Amino acid sequence: MGEIIDINGPIVTVRLERVRNGDQVKIGRIGLVGEVIGLDGDRAVVQVYESTEGARPGEAAESLGHPLSVELGPGLMGNIFDGVQRPLPELLKISGDQIGRGIEVPSLNRETSWRFEADSSLSMGDRLTGGAVIGTVQETEIIKHHILVPPDISGEIVEHGASGEYTVDDVIARVKSDDGHIHDLRLFHRWPVRTPRPYEGRNHAAVPLITGQRVLDTFFPILKGGKGAVPGPFGAGKTMVQQQIARWANADIVIYVGCGERGNELVDILESFPELTDPHTGRSLMERTLLVANTSNMPVVAREASIYVGVTIAEYYRDQGYDVVMVADSTSRWAEALREVSGRLGQMPVEEGYPAYLASRLSAFYERAGRVETLRGNLGSVTLIGAVSPPGGDFSEPVTSHTKEIVPTFWALSKELADARHYPAVDWLDSFSGYVDTAAHWWSREVDPTWAARRAQALAVLSQADDLSRIVNLVGPEALSPTQRWVLEGAALIKEGVLQQSAIDEVDSYASPRKQFLLLDIALCIYDEGHKLIELGVPVEQISRLPSMARFRRLKSVYTSEQADDIDAFNRQVKKDIDELRVEYGAPREAEA
Amino acid sequence: MREKEFRMAAAARGALLYMKGVRGVALGDRVVVRDQSGRRRSGQVIRTSNEVVLVQVFEGTEGLDLDQTWAGFLEKPFELSLSPEILGRVFSGTGAPRDDRPPIISTLKRNVNGAPVNPAARTYPKEFIQTGISTIDGLNSLVRGQKLPIFSGSGLPHNRLAAQIVRQAKLLSQEADFSVVFAAMGVSYTDARFFEEEFESSGVLRNVVMFINLADDPPMERLLLPRAALTAAEYLAYELDQHVLVVLTDMTNYAEALREVATAKGDVPARKGYPGYLYSDLAELYERAGRIHERHGSITMMPVLSMPSDDITHPIPDLTGYITEGQIVLSRELQSQGIYPPVNVPPSLSRLMKDGIGADFTREDHPRVAAQLYAAYARSLEARNLASIIGAEELSERDRRYLEFAEGFEKRFVGQGEDEDRSIIETLEIAWELLSGLPPEALNRVTEEDLQKYHQWGRARDPEETATAGDAGVNGD
Repeated sequence: MGEIIDINGPIVTVRLERVRNGDQVKIGRIGLVGEVIGLDGDRAVVQVYESTEGARPGEAAESLGHPLSVELGPGLMGNIFDGVQRPLPELLKISGDQIGRGIEVPSLNRETSWRFEADSSLSMGDRLTGGAVIGTVQETEIIKHHILVPPDISGEIVEHGASGEYTVDDVIARVKSDDGHIHDLRLFHRWPVRTPRPYEGRNHAAVPLITGQRVLDTFFPILKGGKGAVPGPFGAGKTMVQQQIARWANADIVIYVGCGERGNELVDILESFPELTDPHTGRSLMERTLLVANTSNMPVVAREASIYVGVTIAEYYRDQGYDVVMVADSTSRWAEALREVSGRLGQMPVEEGYPAYLASRLSAFYERAGRVETLRGNLGSVTLIGAVSPPGGDFSEPVTSHTKEIVPTFWALSKELADARHYPAVDWLDSFSGYVDTAAHWWSREVDPTWAARRAQALAVLSQADDLSRIVNLVGPEALSPTQRWVLEGAALIKEGVLQQSAIDEVDSYASPRKQFLLLDIALCIYDEGHKLIELGVPVEQISRLPSMARFRRLKSVYTSEQADDIDAFNRQVKKDIDELRVEYGAPREAEA
Repeated sequence: MREKEFRMAAAARGALLYMKGVRGVALGDRVVVRDQSGRRRSGQVIRTSNEVVLVQVFEGTEGLDLDQTWAGFLEKPFELSLSPEILGRVFSGTGAPRDDRPPIISTLKRNVNGAPVNPAARTYPKEFIQTGISTIDGLNSLVRGQKLPIFSGSGLPHNRLAAQIVRQAKLLSQEADFSVVFAAMGVSYTDARFFEEEFESSGVLRNVVMFINLADDPPMERLLLPRAALTAAEYLAYELDQHVLVVLTDMTNYAEALREVATAKGDVPARKGYPGYLYSDLAELYERAGRIHERHGSITMMPVLSMPSDDITHPIPDLTGYITEGQIVLSRELQSQGIYPPVNVPPSLSRLMKDGIGADFTREDHPRVAAQLYAAYARSLEARNLASIIGAEELSERDRRYLEFAEGFEKRFVGQGEDEDRSIIETLEIAWELLSGLPPEALNRVTEEDLQKYHQWGRARDPEETATAGDAGVNGD
């Protein structure tokens, strides 16, 4: 037993012997929990996950003997946890609308019983290693939960439960490790959140994650097992982009970490996801979603922990062989929590008050993404997508600039685009993806061989148009040749007909890869044909006034992804329109029309 | 209650008082500091150990003689006494009456810091509030339980706008019990008086609770004031089932007070000297808005803040924007053209709009009309920019139409009278009138059906008509 010496906001100094750095500590009469972040002789510095109001020097402190860990087992899916994995619905039952302090609740419900199907190929005396599967539980309609041997345990089976109904706490098997120690295996195990879960080896990520968002999938793709960031000033639509990914991504599991963000946004997910169906499985989205919520008004230290809690759960499902996407909104709030703690510890700040270890912590976090060969021998992946909230929209600030060096996919959101209600406001000049070549193989195989060329052409038109509009802003449109003016029209067509995608438009909220490609292809067909018409002397205005031009801009919200054939049919209509114009100007009809 | 007083002040710096040798004091406890002349000041413990206790004194430590300073530790946090009697009353930041009437006596006392609302207890805000102001209702709709700040600058009519919203705000469906909590931090006497008269003349004074800290009142009290005000709001909303509109003005003064204390404490500054925890601190206040399951009341919040040098990237508006559900930005340019309310449309936003409007709430075309107005106005501003370079005569016909659209939009849609209470249908009608000046093929945010139903392309329009009658400022070109 130790005692509290000093209380400075969430940082509490205690006198406590034989405590290890990183261990959890319970302090005071209220029973607040925190973790040791520094040791000095018999004094330990503890960051406390809850408000320390009312705590006094002299009150007791005791070590819990283990670092911050999460419970991993059935009952995670569809749940909502706080930053230290306490289930919020349970807290609601215990302490009402507001979160009380010092409440201990197990992360996984101890009463719920699950139907466990034991792996029939296992028998007494078999050798099990960490990460092996001993059976399954159907967690939700679509998620089969593989019960894993904890990664740090291996040995010989000495007891082996049959299939049946079990609670997470029931022992379902026992293994004897080489040192003779007998380990109880339950439906769940614990794992410390700051230690990445082990795997057999890394596997090169090779398949794009399809989010159904054209500007993301087609222009700046991310792979399953990749790392991405969404930086943007407030109001640029970061949360919308993240929610769209959580909604539509073709991953098996989505973990949404609301880290220091708005309470109502999480409620939006909580209320809307059960109603939405996953386009890939046809089931409710909530069946494959887990929320970790530490809203901005919740204690700041738990915010720091929340992204580790999220990523550890993500790794756990990866180890079962699933493709997991974790979105963290926002990593800036996590970095600020780091800053707040370091500031209270009196550590020397380097940039904008952030501690010197910001960059290494960030890169270590993102490194937990990846596609791996799991310990059980199959493939799984964790894709990490972090929102970044740069103060004042300044991308040169520390969190954004460090993140930019770490992630291969960078979706930069622009205030100007958002102000013009061009959503998603992903800026095509500042964004990048290092995965384009790998993604191109998939697109070429699955959708169309010309994907890479079409994508490159569209980006070239957009960037050319940006240069030209600078000229227009200086000297006016009269200075441009008809060809140049057509470039501007072409870019507008790509922006309005392809890039812009409304999250609230039921028809267009999700676009299949085929729909994405067809829209891009039509825009570029019109663009290419337009150039030919201009050579024939057709005025730009006359082409722009073609009814199919206006119809193309609305096409995305007329046909759903299932109606891709109709989009293709529209393409023929466009060609016909253009061909008529061509004939009008004395050129022969094109044979294919 | 331990009524023991200690006379062990070791140091006083700014608003901070360092007490030595007081053991076992709880963090956050309320302190009464009495000086040589018998004057009492209130304070709060912000850091505690057995050696030193750090007390933040809300009235400041000026004039304290350390040897003759007594500190009494009340063994309880800052609490606000609550009863239905608070309606119609005026309090200071610490909850003391400011209206020469007796203090509230009640057994119900609440810690002003509150506790974080469990996200699982929240209900998503969806009920459209009609404010009668086109730029808000039409483009940045406010819903019950939302926090929507006004970003303003010195000399801009944010107070008039806030007062107009308080006056006109109503739900389309039903009338329910409503009340207003008005929290003024560091405002001038004139501004405070303006609101009081507004509440009086619109007859809502009986439903208003005011917490007032004037510009010459102790600045540290501003740190406590919004917390006290929100505690009152939570009581009204969740225990008396009222729909509460909280007006917090001016958040910039609040943040400055926070910076003052942080600097005195020696906290590591992040940007512009503001402490790294400014975000979390503001969030503690703003996140107290909202709706809660199975509670009939709600808290809708309208913080007003003046952007230092009109800079929206300044930490105060910037961090506020990251927490609140949108923002209404006022523009000096529109103000100088005599347009009231001078709402700068492009940077203004309401994040909760999408679920509170449309067929079931306002009208089916509303979401698309809003998007179309935004897009068309953005395009118009480009045209205007171009016109300033090459002259309006050189513009294409399409661009000239856009130029006209911008003009009409600012004068007729944005501009309206201070007493003009437009219904959402009126707002949408003005919108379509303006959009009818643009050719249908330029409008791709609305559907074909919308165009057929509402768009009147080719209808002759008299430019003279575009000036709104009744708004004095508009005709002054």
